[in-house]
Amino acid sequence: MPIEIPKDKWPGAVRTVTLGATPGEGGTRKSTVTVGGETTLPFMQFEAPTPNKPVVAIEIKDHKPEDWSPLLAKIWGDAMSNPADWSIAAEKAGAEIIVLALSVNDEAGNQTTPEKAVTSVLSVLKACGLPLIVFGPGQVDLDNELLVPISEATKGERIVLGICEDKNYRTIVATAMANDHLVTARTPMDVNLSKQLNILITDMGIPANRVLMDPTTGALGYGIEYGYSVMERLRLAALQGDAMTQLPMIVTPGFEAWKTKEAKVGEGVPASWGDWEERSINWETITAISLVQTGADIVVLRHPESVRRVKTAINDLMMA
Amino acid sequence: MALSGIQIYKLLPKTNCKECGFPTCLAFAMKLAAKQVELSACPYVSEESKAELAESSAPPIRLVSIKAGGMEVKAGNETVMFRHEKTFFNMPGLFLRVKSSMVVEAIQDVVSKADAYRVNYVGMDLIVDGFAVEADDEGRFTEALKAVRSATKRPLILIGKESAIKAGMEILNGENPLLYAANGSNWEAMAEIANKYSTSLVVTGENFDDLEELTGKLKAKGCEDIVLDLGSGRLGGNLSKSTQLRRLVLKKNQRSLGFPTITFANGVNGQDAIEAAQAIGKYSGFIVLDRFAPELFYPLLVLRQNIYTDPQKPIQVQPGVYEINSPDQDSPVLVTTNFSITYFSVANEVEGSGMPVWLLVTDAEGMSVLTAWAAGKFDSERIAKSVKEFGIADKITKKRLVLPGHVAVLSGEVEEELPGWEIRVGPREAVDIPSFLKQVL
Repeated sequence: MPIEIPKDKWPGAVRTVTLGATPGEGGTRKSTVTVGGETTLPFMQFEAPTPNKPVVAIEIKDHKPEDWSPLLAKIWGDAMSNPADWSIAAEKAGAEIIVLALSVNDEAGNQTTPEKAVTSVLSVLKACGLPLIVFGPGQVDLDNELLVPISEATKGERIVLGICEDKNYRTIVATAMANDHLVTARTPMDVNLSKQLNILITDMGIPANRVLMDPTTGALGYGIEYGYSVMERLRLAALQGDAMTQLPMIVTPGFEAWKTKEAKVGEGVPASWGDWEERSINWETITAISLVQTGADIVVLRHPESVRRVKTAINDLMMA
Repeated sequence: MALSGIQIYKLLPKTNCKECGFPTCLAFAMKLAAKQVELSACPYVSEESKAELAESSAPPIRLVSIKAGGMEVKAGNETVMFRHEKTFFNMPGLFLRVKSSMVVEAIQDVVSKADAYRVNYVGMDLIVDGFAVEADDEGRFTEALKAVRSATKRPLILIGKESAIKAGMEILNGENPLLYAANGSNWEAMAEIANKYSTSLVVTGENFDDLEELTGKLKAKGCEDIVLDLGSGRLGGNLSKSTQLRRLVLKKNQRSLGFPTITFANGVNGQDAIEAAQAIGKYSGFIVLDRFAPELFYPLLVLRQNIYTDPQKPIQVQPGVYEINSPDQDSPVLVTTNFSITYFSVANEVEGSGMPVWLLVTDAEGMSVLTAWAAGKFDSERIAKSVKEFGIADKITKKRLVLPGHVAVLSGEVEEELPGWEIRVGPREAVDIPSFLKQVL
């Protein structure tokens, strides 16, 4: 008797979320990106097709960051000096989405002003036709001070505004609702905290197809297994029908991997760590692809070669 | 599949003799089902029942091990689909493949390098588990094998036609490598070699039906230690197949396929790292790579360690005061948590800085700084308590306490808890500790 392949049937599905809006849809993007919609565990295509493949975003900053690995400074070169050039370079490097992460201070060391932040965002929107995600600097007051005018200046673009956290989500969600944008909600590696924040955010009335969740991850060697298992559990819960976990997942393996010593430092490290650049790329790539296999819908990366490898791998994962 | 207590009860004598230490046979059956007692505690169970119970209690995925030179690589005995359901038990072996067509010196060179490789991760030395030797040029296989054996004592996988493997086994004095591979046409000859030398054997087939047929034939010949090769295709197909196999074995009790698997990761342009990473996360037992490079093996060895960490037991270090670079009465006290990754990141940086430091490791139930802080396991009370508990004040005159940058918000409260101490806020990331120690303190 031939062996019957066991197939899982799930009652739930991940919601479909579209980033960006074309001129016909009220924005100026050349193309949009749709993620989510899964009805099976990642890439189980013998059960059902994966409706939207996971995508790769590249993180850029509003000006050249001081604390990034010299390897990244070298590879991006002059493009880092302004966000418009950087976004063009990122698109050339294969980005499907641009993540613009705003800094606390400008290049002169003064706090980033709302005017300056809006200018940065508009310059990226003008230079690059990809959907955009904008992260505030990560300080409650400053985030709100910058994100609200950005949201207003870009009404209708379906930008993702972030990052909503339990201590600061109301202002961001409200401005996203008022200006036809999306939000992303981050919680620290915990299934219940994720659900709780998703409930709080959707309770404000934002349509659920405008919310992404970021369960947070650790880099390879620095706690990846925690984020990994939380993401597997969130996706299982989503498929089992738990509505507050049925959001597409975005994670930032680039940020996590490039703050590890393995990626950041090239001198005074053990010889057994091997070639610096190749090690760093492996660190970022392995972190990213492990999380894609747990259900990540968007991975935010930093190095162009990691982007190439992860995209190749995702295309390969889409093949039976 | 494991039997329920009631199913086990039916196989017991049902005399309630109490000699097993339990009041009734049913109570004993329940304990057996929960794997809390051994069947041998029942003196009257029939041979027939014993056999049936042994069969049902055998692990769903057979444990296969390759031993050599005092080292052992084990795969199998897994019980769950996801690590959070319990844990993954036996980490897949990472092997480096060399081919007999290579010149002998090149083989010796790369094998020696990989054999000598050792990388420290959170206090553990991680190494390459063994080597696969392929007879792509059959005439030079025994020579290649001798070259490998002159450079390493580690476990081996032999890859080739039955004639090559036969010749290879003759020079491997009584060793039990893993043999690759039996297929529909050569399985009898391969079974013979495997039986003669008591080795484990890989089977290959186009699909699960082929594999089932072959494992059945091999078992009938007495081969028990089998490893499956599901074939390598695209990453998507490989993920589906390995998931299907694990489901068939764990959920459908498909005994004919209850064996660990082998994966070849040989993609170009860095894809081999990704293929191996997939195999580590998704169920492989033995992983064979085609090139040795520290920057490739280090991240893979770390990933394997991470994925196979027991989720119930975060790796912890003992709370207490750690002396780094011989601190004295003027050295600062740095505070961190007892999560091993946190501890080793901090300790390595402090050590590398050459600056003398008292490192105070607080019991945060094995969580990292941010996680512990969010969970209320790393607050001013706990920090103050460990300062007092470990008597650090007696060792110093200049009372300076440095908090991790991530918990800068605690500095006010810690100041209140510890009068007379100067509370400083350090960097958020361990990598920035050396410059902090040199410039700020």
